[in-house]
Amino acid sequence: MKRLMKGNNALAEAAILAGCRFFAGYPITPQTEILEYLAKNLPERGGHFIQTESELAGVNMVLGAAATGYRAMTSSAGPGFSLKQEGISYMCSMELPAVIVDVMRYGIGLGSIMLGQGDYFQAVKGGGHGGYKVPVYAPASVQENVDFTIRAFDTAEAYRTPVLILSDGAIGQMAESVELPEGREHDPDQYDWTLKGRDAAHPTGRKMTDRIYYDFKFHEYDPHIRERYAKMEKELQMWEEVETEDAKIILVSYGISSRVCREAVKTARKKGWKVGMIRPITLWPFPKKAFAKTNSHAEAYLTVEMNACGQMVEDVALYGRGVPIYSYPSGRSIADPEAILQKIESIMNGEEKEVF
Amino acid sequence: MAAVKKAPSTIYGYNSFCPGCGHGIVIRLIAEVVEEMGLAEDAIGVLAVGCSCLTNRYLALDLLQAAHGRAAASAGAIKRCRPDKLVFTYQGDGDAASIGIAETLYSAQRNENFTQIIVNNGVYGMTGGQMSPTSLVGQKTTTSVKGRDPEIMGMPLKISELISHFDVSYLARGSVHDAAHIRKTKTYIRKAFETQMNQGGYTCVEIISPCPTNWHLTPLQAVDRIEKEVLEYYPVGEIKGGAR
Amino acid sequence: MVHINSEKCKACGYCVKACPKGALAFGENVNGKGYHAVTVDEEKCVSCGTCYTVCPDTVFTIEEG
Repeated sequence: MKRLMKGNNALAEAAILAGCRFFAGYPITPQTEILEYLAKNLPERGGHFIQTESELAGVNMVLGAAATGYRAMTSSAGPGFSLKQEGISYMCSMELPAVIVDVMRYGIGLGSIMLGQGDYFQAVKGGGHGGYKVPVYAPASVQENVDFTIRAFDTAEAYRTPVLILSDGAIGQMAESVELPEGREHDPDQYDWTLKGRDAAHPTGRKMTDRIYYDFKFHEYDPHIRERYAKMEKELQMWEEVETEDAKIILVSYGISSRVCREAVKTARKKGWKVGMIRPITLWPFPKKAFAKTNSHAEAYLTVEMNACGQMVEDVALYGRGVPIYSYPSGRSIADPEAILQKIESIMNGEEKEVF
Repeated sequence: MAAVKKAPSTIYGYNSFCPGCGHGIVIRLIAEVVEEMGLAEDAIGVLAVGCSCLTNRYLALDLLQAAHGRAAASAGAIKRCRPDKLVFTYQGDGDAASIGIAETLYSAQRNENFTQIIVNNGVYGMTGGQMSPTSLVGQKTTTSVKGRDPEIMGMPLKISELISHFDVSYLARGSVHDAAHIRKTKTYIRKAFETQMNQGGYTCVEIISPCPTNWHLTPLQAVDRIEKEVLEYYPVGEIKGGAR
Repeated sequence: MVHINSEKCKACGYCVKACPKGALAFGENVNGKGYHAVTVDEEKCVSCGTCYTVCPDTVFTIEEG
């Protein structure tokens, strides 16, 4: 049965349906409805909800819950997400599964509380210390908030890693019709590695710490990390192709901006222009397989994202090597379909400046 | 011959603390109480960053190594998820009273049901002897080279007194500088753990402990300093819940 | 009686100071870590266990008899 739900509420409901029974977080616009929804609904459905004193406490409570095998989640936005990075790096080192949501806003520092796509770098490039990588899902609709949240919990457990959902203020605040799946129960005791009190198999107790200390010889650790991330990179890439088969100009866009680009592709096709779109769904691993298919026939990539200078465009330049790269960072406003079409036209006329 | 006093089986191997370090005593007391309560298979400890980390290879329990200052947050979560287990943190004063003071105080404020063990040795040990929140007035450290000057650096922080403002279940300050205080401190730990497992609610034992290396004293001079100087500012005793 | 695990001893001296019978002293020889590990004069020892209590390194085991 379909229901009309606000994006943030749908994401929160999906977490419960995925078996998440632990949430700790702190209010910040535009993610606060996730916190509010879970404050009301999680305890009623057998879960723990804690409004913490800070994002640091929130993410480190999630770390503790994850260490016991619970499905656990925290959420934040921009400045608050920066504080989550400490816990994300630690969870990466311990190889703990958890889901962290960033409902992006716009700007540097305090920035604006309005919608934006300001956090690509800090989400995708391992914003915390040590050079870790985490799978990042970028929903572009309320339905995808549901689907990717559930997928995020499964990925987190399958690969024993924290997983990010990089939503944005627009997706979080809009209401759309969604199909909710059946709820699932999660057994926190199903894995041997979770903290539950020492036993015969662990006579000196489990040591839940950075795996560098106990689980690998000095020279074995680096290869382990490389293999771990290589496996995720190979297996987790997700993307959507829109009319890319014969496209000469390919828009690259995710989240809220991709919705505008989809319309721009339709309009361009009506004009007879060979325009398509690659929509990365996982931002890490970046869907380089998609670009491997289109690099041979694309004559231009035009990245559309909602920040001042362009962020994802650097990855497009990396994986679209050899193809001219153009950038349309739409800044504080959602990309304008007319402006996209003008950009496309000026690229076709050779008037647009490449950025890479 | 039956042993009447021997190291609990939850202690294994050798510890790597400096000679005369109080950590070895505190960890042994925790291990003794856990064993006497029959909870070795039902205990989860959360370690702080600093010399507390060294506990990982010495205490045979399920242990989580928390981020610096965040042990209380992680422990509160663990207890909520595993309510039938004994959950405790093992932290230094820098971890619990400086970088983690918010996590400490808000655990007390929410009356989170775990036990916080705070080893107060008045200095950052692992990093080589910097001023900590609990360094005494006049105490020379690598970052208070002429001694702690309260005009500039403020007065040493009393974490137990701050915690005592909240409605917590048990709170005490002990010391491990001599046999009598060590025995007393063990009873505090036992009461804290029993309170957690029976009545529930936040419990905490702050423990004054020598750090001869970073006090630049011999071990015997260090325990003498506790007796003569430290306990005057940090008096020992039960602060909350002692009547139970 | 008291059993001493010399290899664990770091010669901090807490036990020597605390022993009510003056039964403990640093030994002549050094242990594997280079410390003059504590030794016991069994004639004086009454197995009270104070040394066990103050020891940071679980050097002592007190046994019956």
